Amino acid sequence: MNLRGIGILAALAVAALVFWVTGPPNQPDQVRIGFVTTLTTGTGVIGADMRDAFELALDHMGRTMGGLDVSVSYEDDAVDPSIGRQKTERLVQRDKVHFVSGFIWSNVLLASYQAATDNDVFLIGANAGPSQLAGEACNRNFFSTSWQNDQTTMAMGEVLNDQVSTVYVMAPNYAAGRNMIAGVERTFQGEIADKTLTQFPDQLDFAAELANIRAASPEAVWVFYPGNFGTQFFQQYSQAGLLGEIPLYSTFSIDALNLPQIGELVEGTQMTQSWSPDMDNPANQKFVGDFRAKYGRYPSFYAAQAYDAAMLIRSAVEAVEGDLEDLNGLRQALARADFQSVRGKFSFGENHFPIQDFFLREVVRDADGAFTTRIVDVVYSDHVDPYAKDCSMQP
Amino acid sequence: MMTLVFEQALNGVQLGVLLFLLAAGLTLVFGIMNFVNLAHGSLYMVGAYFAATFIPWSGSFIVGALLALAATAAVGMALEVLIFRRLYHRDHMDQVLATFGLILFFNELVLMVWGPAGLSIAVPSWLVGQVNIIPGVPYPAYRLAVLVTGLAAAAFLYVLVSRTRTGMRIRAGASDQQMAQALGVDIKLLFTGIVGLGAALAALAGLLAAPLRSVYAGMGEDILVLAFVVVVIGGIGSIRGAFVAALGVGLIDTVGRAFLPRVLDALLSDQIADAVAPALSTTLIYLTMVVVLAIRPRGLFPAPGQ
Repeated sequence: MNLRGIGILAALAVAALVFWVTGPPNQPDQVRIGFVTTLTTGTGVIGADMRDAFELALDHMGRTMGGLDVSVSYEDDAVDPSIGRQKTERLVQRDKVHFVSGFIWSNVLLASYQAATDNDVFLIGANAGPSQLAGEACNRNFFSTSWQNDQTTMAMGEVLNDQVSTVYVMAPNYAAGRNMIAGVERTFQGEIADKTLTQFPDQLDFAAELANIRAASPEAVWVFYPGNFGTQFFQQYSQAGLLGEIPLYSTFSIDALNLPQIGELVEGTQMTQSWSPDMDNPANQKFVGDFRAKYGRYPSFYAAQAYDAAMLIRSAVEAVEGDLEDLNGLRQALARADFQSVRGKFSFGENHFPIQDFFLREVVRDADGAFTTRIVDVVYSDHVDPYAKDCSMQP
Repeated sequence: MMTLVFEQALNGVQLGVLLFLLAAGLTLVFGIMNFVNLAHGSLYMVGAYFAATFIPWSGSFIVGALLALAATAAVGMALEVLIFRRLYHRDHMDQVLATFGLILFFNELVLMVWGPAGLSIAVPSWLVGQVNIIPGVPYPAYRLAVLVTGLAAAAFLYVLVSRTRTGMRIRAGASDQQMAQALGVDIKLLFTGIVGLGAALAALAGLLAAPLRSVYAGMGEDILVLAFVVVVIGGIGSIRGAFVAALGVGLIDTVGRAFLPRVLDALLSDQIADAVAPALSTTLIYLTMVVVLAIRPRGLFPAPGQ
């Protein structure tokens, strides 16, 4: 390489370095939010749904919070903890975001959260609720607008108590899958016929496991297979001739995204959840109505939680009147959760996870024949997750 | 219990034939051209995407599948002519780098063309339901069809390679490329054809797997690793080795997943078994590879001339 080439390279390197150190020009009149979710792989539809809901929330607030413009960067984690961590670091270090939100997968969240919270950037988890973050590793800069993983399946355990005495449980082998099973085991008083953990996120073919289920012939099967994994599981359960033979219960496996594909198979199936599109409160009616009008489909629970995350962030920014330097003020405002949740009532416990109701839902057809879910019963009122007692929140 | 073992063996063979379809193209290309093609998994993915497009368009599973095979073979041959050809004489590291680049290229391409959401292929209506292979074992008809199709493709490949003139040329190319060329075999054409054949087999694997695993960007990488394990265990360049190894890996993986947790439950305390079983059943095939390589460093059936 000649001297001139080296000169140009050196100039570029210096420019890059300067840019890296100083970041983009500071714009104090802007709320910057990073949103880490899954936009590719087989589960990319979930991330797209969360993004759509977050965008709808921004529309509803005129794309401003406390008088400041809002800019959001959506990042793809590809269901990979190391990529999630990388994207979070980049949002915090380079883009200098004030809030990071999103996170579908517990393993991705666990790998990523410190990149935000250690730098006093608030992380608003909009789906994953790993036990660690609710308990010993609870963090003053972390808030969740979803649930702790165990809770929804604890509610399922209670439902199963009324209906069966043995159940075969199955989930993918990662942080959330293990929490979900622990939740069922916590409350189900009958016998766990067998417990199967499958590979995550590679395994989509459940031939071997389904053969084992048939051989064990339990009274019921309960599974946790979110998104695309659920689609495949239910279809294969049906192909194996088990549908109608052995009742199938699930948690977080049937959602508005896969119902159009598997609705026929799972009509009438019961699940537990802390939100449902038919919840009767003004915020939810506006959210569901406008979401359907804008995107032509029902929002999923992932979407509802992402919408709440945007509203929570706005409530905090408004409380400090747009002074994003006031971290203590923001933190206290976030903890107050002073916003209209699509779940109706919403408040945080000591560990910054919501204290909320859990419902039994079932799959039904709406007036137009489209598949959706409907609340059947309340399983828990104002439920606190079982790890909250292990949390001593730093002031 | 016996029926369960039988059913799990079928599941193992079904996974095995899928792996074989993928590994066959890989081992042919590696064995004959001495070319490491990481982008083989991308052809598996592209085949599935083509099928997910052509099947609804044509309204027939078989017509759509055949169109997808032809289209993927064309993509494979285009890759050979435009890119692979320039890489045969470079070292393996360059080949890995270039074909890894192709993986990224294809993953982005399908995202741009088909969107990030992923697609699905429905099981054709005439294969919905179960077949009672032996009384009391209802086996999904579609899985049985996958198994039969895979075995048929393996038989076709066997006849092609060992019983036809084309196959003789392929074997000649594998044993001694220069001599084959000197005797008038059009090596360039042969290589393009082999890559096209490999691409079609990969597409067949992709479209057969699609109703069971769905179609998404990056689906090829998940299974490519297993296909490489099959190639290495079977002996690089050996179709027969790939077949035996694919069935072996399929069986070990399935049987491991199905029965290992129970065995460990009986041997260890509940908590330890729960923690160890999933991890061990995942690594079982890699342990198998280590053992095979320790005993036979060149694989089970090393191809002559390698």
